[in-house]
Amino acid sequence: MTFLSYLINGISLGSVYAIIALGYTMVYGIAKMLNFAHGDVIMVGAYVSFYATSLYGLPTWASVLVAAIVCTVLGVTIERLAYKPLRTAPSLAVLITAIGVSYFLQNAAQLAFGSSPIVFPSAVKFEGIRLFDGQLVISGITIVTVLACIVIMIALTLFINKTKMGRAMRAVSEDKGAAQLMGVNVNSTISMTFAIGSALAAIAGVLLCSAYPTLQPTTGSMPGIKAFTAAVFGGIGSIPGAMIGGLLLGVIQILGSAYISTQLSDAVVFAVLIVVLLVKPTGLMGKKMNEKV
Amino acid sequence: MAMLEVTDLGISFGGLRAVDALNMSIEKGGLVGLIGPNGAGKTTVFNMLTGVYRPTDGGIRLDGQNLVGVNPQKISHMGVARTFQNIRLFSGMSVLDNVKVGFDYSVRYPLVDSFLHIGSYRKREREMDERAIDILKEFDLDRQYDYKASNLPYGKQRKLEIARALATNPKLLLLDEPAAGMNPQETGELMETIQHVRKKYGVTILLIEHDMKLVSGICEYIYVLNFGRELAKGKPADVLNNPEVITAYLGE
Repeated sequence: MTFLSYLINGISLGSVYAIIALGYTMVYGIAKMLNFAHGDVIMVGAYVSFYATSLYGLPTWASVLVAAIVCTVLGVTIERLAYKPLRTAPSLAVLITAIGVSYFLQNAAQLAFGSSPIVFPSAVKFEGIRLFDGQLVISGITIVTVLACIVIMIALTLFINKTKMGRAMRAVSEDKGAAQLMGVNVNSTISMTFAIGSALAAIAGVLLCSAYPTLQPTTGSMPGIKAFTAAVFGGIGSIPGAMIGGLLLGVIQILGSAYISTQLSDAVVFAVLIVVLLVKPTGLMGKKMNEKV
Repeated sequence: MAMLEVTDLGISFGGLRAVDALNMSIEKGGLVGLIGPNGAGKTTVFNMLTGVYRPTDGGIRLDGQNLVGVNPQKISHMGVARTFQNIRLFSGMSVLDNVKVGFDYSVRYPLVDSFLHIGSYRKREREMDERAIDILKEFDLDRQYDYKASNLPYGKQRKLEIARALATNPKLLLLDEPAAGMNPQETGELMETIQHVRKKYGVTILLIEHDMKLVSGICEYIYVLNFGRELAKGKPADVLNNPEVITAYLGE
């Protein structure tokens, strides 16, 4: 029974990783860049939601909506100002810029919100359900997180596969130049990708801080790196891959800390990543790229 | 005035003069060939016409509108579409979706409808499906609409590129070696298809081709490039019997 409750906690944490990883993987798939500032957008989302509730007394759903809107604008602005001028620059320059943006966001948050951690009130008031005479408790936040993850996954898959904007995204992802020559607006397609990724980050921020209720300017960085790992684990660029990678990573982390060592749980996560990449360098669902010689 | 006016067009890459002092004039509805030995600069001309390269000098006008310095996406909206010498389909996408990407600019519906799959979403997507199937029928690809583009045989991939270009509703269609790698029978079919499509969609065509049977069979006028310069121009029968052209192709 304890195993089952660990497993459920793992799935819950993994769902948050998966939502964040979707942002990483979409931006990588379409703009071909690693947006290391993505984790910090989570933190901004959580702060916005916190203050929307505590200062303006907005209901939870409205505060999440406000956080999502603010993060969408933030994500698109970051892309416009920091990444767009580097569209033709070497990928290393873009990578370093992304790390710079990440530090910028952390420091700006320190300035704006202070560096001391605040206690984040759970966005989910629902108590959860007790099974087997109270031996197994599934908390409200776990249920909401897993449901949110499933809904987001389905909505995103439909959006990418069935709509005009999704089609443009796939085209840009395959061949930016050819897409442009067919009249696709590459810049607005990339902006759209950042908008969706950042809105998801805001949702992930609220869910994460509801489950682990401390919030400080560095809150986003570790989950960001974990989600990046999840995206690579599942095969970066692949949406189902991000989902599976995120879930597995969460489960491995929780089981690792329960049965191996709490201190080593992060090490276990990254050890598993290394093994997966040794056996399957493109990740679990990654496509094999045939290099033309 | 001609539909496409190219005047003294030239481009240099560092010290290399890839195209120099090229003049072309193509009337609406024309079917014109651009030929020349490998490395003559033919694809470079296409890249300048579509905004991929910015010419170092000279002018390009489509129906009087300047194309120099305009980005590829805008040029596509203005009515120039192309295919590629080395096929550049969206290979992981379905045949149908490849064509539908071509409608991206002309067919619009609000983003909210995309998320909720309501309202104009269904109507517009259905219209796009119908129009895409109509175009695919011309190329005998309609029954394979749900194939992944990369799973089509080579000749069909070339046809799909033309279909995708037509979906952008071009005035001017640039075909870069449409018959490359096709056998004589496929080339014959392609010639008929090009003629048919030109009439049905009222599109002006400029094509690069090495297959002289195709060029002399369908082109009304030919420009010959050699080392980036115009070597000859005129009716196919005259140009292809021009000793200079024969020398350029076959050597001394």
